Amino acid sequence: MSSSDERHDNSADRGEAGSESGVSRRNFLKGSGVALTIPLVAKGENVGQAAGVPIHGPGKVNITLNINGASRSASVEPRVTLLEALRHDLDVTGAKRVCDRATCGACTVIMDGNLVYACSVLAIEAQGKKIETVEGLEQNGRLHPVQQAFVDNDAQQCGFCTPGFVMSTKHLLDKHPTPTPEQIEMGLGGNLCRCGTYHGIKAAVAQASRRRGGRRNG
Amino acid sequence: MHKFEYASPKTLDQAVALLGSNWSEAEVLAGGTDLLSLMKDFVETPKRVVNIKDIPDLKGIRMVRDGSARIGALATIDQLIDAFGKTVPAISDAGMGITSPQIRSMGTLGGDLCQRPRCWYYRAGYGLLAKGENGDALVPNGDNRYHAILGNRGPAYFVSASSFGPALVALKARILIHGAGGKREVDADKFFVAPTSDSGREYDLRPNEIVVGVSIPSTLGVRSATYEVRQKEALDWPLAAASVALKMDRSKKVTEAGIALGHVAPTPWNAAEAASWLVGKTVTEDVAAEAGKIALAGAMALSRNAYKIQLARVAVKRAILKAAM
Repeated sequence: MSSSDERHDNSADRGEAGSESGVSRRNFLKGSGVALTIPLVAKGENVGQAAGVPIHGPGKVNITLNINGASRSASVEPRVTLLEALRHDLDVTGAKRVCDRATCGACTVIMDGNLVYACSVLAIEAQGKKIETVEGLEQNGRLHPVQQAFVDNDAQQCGFCTPGFVMSTKHLLDKHPTPTPEQIEMGLGGNLCRCGTYHGIKAAVAQASRRRGGRRNG
Repeated sequence: MHKFEYASPKTLDQAVALLGSNWSEAEVLAGGTDLLSLMKDFVETPKRVVNIKDIPDLKGIRMVRDGSARIGALATIDQLIDAFGKTVPAISDAGMGITSPQIRSMGTLGGDLCQRPRCWYYRAGYGLLAKGENGDALVPNGDNRYHAILGNRGPAYFVSASSFGPALVALKARILIHGAGGKREVDADKFFVAPTSDSGREYDLRPNEIVVGVSIPSTLGVRSATYEVRQKEALDWPLAAASVALKMDRSKKVTEAGIALGHVAPTPWNAAEAASWLVGKTVTEDVAAEAGKIALAGAMALSRNAYKIQLARVAVKRAILKAAM
């Protein structure tokens, strides 16, 4: 258990711009007790080696992410999640931070075709993967049919959960173009709306599935 | 979350060498849906995180002609549902109980087996055994509505959160482990253990060992099912669950049986007495209900969870009926 100060430390959430305070790498390693670590090879890069494998961090490391088809670089500590890197380092703020515990779905993005909670993926491990966020849906100034369906069906109230629901809906319809009510519930089961707009969301899914050439179900 | 150093090995030997000889040194990262949350709450504070997702040996599900299967630890819940939906419903039913597509695509079999308890005392920082300032156990007279009803004489009172554990116990699967000392295998039933100290773990792994997969013995002719009693259909753990694997002869008499319960004890609970009682019987609703009673014969309620005993009996009954159908 850590001190109460640490429990409320949100520094990582802001990408810890310019903060090098705290434990130095040298002291960290002294105290870590992890065997076989060889100190920094590339100064300032925070990359060492152990067991023939590169060791990154705990300081900032350079990473490159593929976001909505564009290559984006950032310098983040290994503890920074994909969600934090998107929002704080790359200014891609569509995915929202709510529970930050793999439960509510507000941070939902699509990674290599899989629906994932960006709060529970480390930015460093998301390298080399194709990341799709809500920002990538609009094409040439036209909303994606799923986005348009959310607008048309008033499928939001406060709107904070909406980007996550939109991504889950897109993923659901990519997989099941004409989903059954059960498939809709299973496909959107990882997203929560505290305003309770589920009725509008279901209507939006129905509309989007028709727009995409699907047959209406139910 | 505390700072940590990060490595992404490509081989099992590298991964094992990167792990420490104490639990506090390093943690294994697979799906991340449990580990990152634990680290954000400072329940786990590893100095190093070893991402095992780039190790090819841990991937894939291999179905063998004789009806057996070998599942890599990195198999996702979605992959398990797809692979076993038709042949081993005990596994796919358990996967379908995880009602979030995000968790189903991220979560792995190894992670399901090694996830930490969902006990709210543990998650709030009171330790695995949930002790107060004077070292007294908080659960027996605390808010124990979701805690154990079997194997709950202490010091552990939480329930195993594993979705697949009961199915693997019922199917008599073996857990494949790789460590600094080489490979070993352990029966699923023996893999899960109730810890006796706050620094212990709920499974038979040393700090520098990794679950590499699971081997399922032949399921040809095996009828299986998992039944969960749930408070709601949305993402949550069941209140009680049971997995059943049966072999039956032509007259529908049970010739072999495995029954295990989930969310009732600090480990998946092997209801061996109920299973052996079931052998030789023809499955009817009354027989299934009686097996449920036998499975829960040793149950003991804590102050607020007596309701779970009946739910668990029903889970066993319905899992047997579902399997035999």
